Amino acid sequence: MAEHYSSFDRNGSRWLLQRITAVFLIGVLAFHFMLLHFVNHAAEVTLAGTTARMSSIGYFTTMWLFLVTATFHGVNGVYNALINQGLTGTRKRAVKWVLVVAGVLLIAQGTRVAVAMTNLI
Amino acid sequence: MSQSYNRGTVEDFGRWRDFSAGMWAWIFHKFTGWVLVGYLFTHIAVLSTAIQGEALYNGTLQGLEALLVVRFLEVGLLAVAVFHILNGLRLLFVDLGIGLEAQDKSFYASMVLTGAIVVASIPTFLGGKLV
Repeated sequence: MAEHYSSFDRNGSRWLLQRITAVFLIGVLAFHFMLLHFVNHAAEVTLAGTTARMSSIGYFTTMWLFLVTATFHGVNGVYNALINQGLTGTRKRAVKWVLVVAGVLLIAQGTRVAVAMTNLI
Repeated sequence: MSQSYNRGTVEDFGRWRDFSAGMWAWIFHKFTGWVLVGYLFTHIAVLSTAIQGEALYNGTLQGLEALLVVRFLEVGLLAVAVFHILNGLRLLFVDLGIGLEAQDKSFYASMVLTGAIVVASIPTFLGGKLV
């Protein structure tokens, strides 16, 4: 008999957000790879070209959402993986806050970089 | 009637010979996830050179791209990204309860498709000026 296995807590918002961000990232990660490795070769990327792309409001918004969703999906994925390994109690709480701080810092730095790359702001 | 299964511990890598396709998919998804989140932090660090201006940004990117080892690392990054995307799609279907009876076949399909895309991309990644 087929059973439906999952190690995730299906009642939490993190479970749902992990899947919503996954759907977004599937498309945007593929687009990002195609654009910056196949359409424009990475070796030919310059700040002038980057700024031209990042000065389009749609591209800028997509890339900033890419940063936020990838950070959440990655950091939450690490947290889930560590819980799967048996992380509990005080160590679990400590790891959670280290990951929260790392995620917030990454989004803050990524936003600084995005602002430096655009003429929109 | 509900039924319980003793699947053992996936984290016990000593019993890897007993792993089924689904367990390998779980391990590969976790491994590629660790690589991608590590790369995300590295990627933002490298792109932060844009804050210091055009000369540093262009010099850093072009300097990295001039190294053959970086081109091979990019092929590896594409491999983990493509597998994570394809297996992620498979996981979304599993979560929706669609195609559970074919979950092992969809894992094998993810592996084959990843291999094909990566092999096809090698000329693109290795093309261009190298040191």
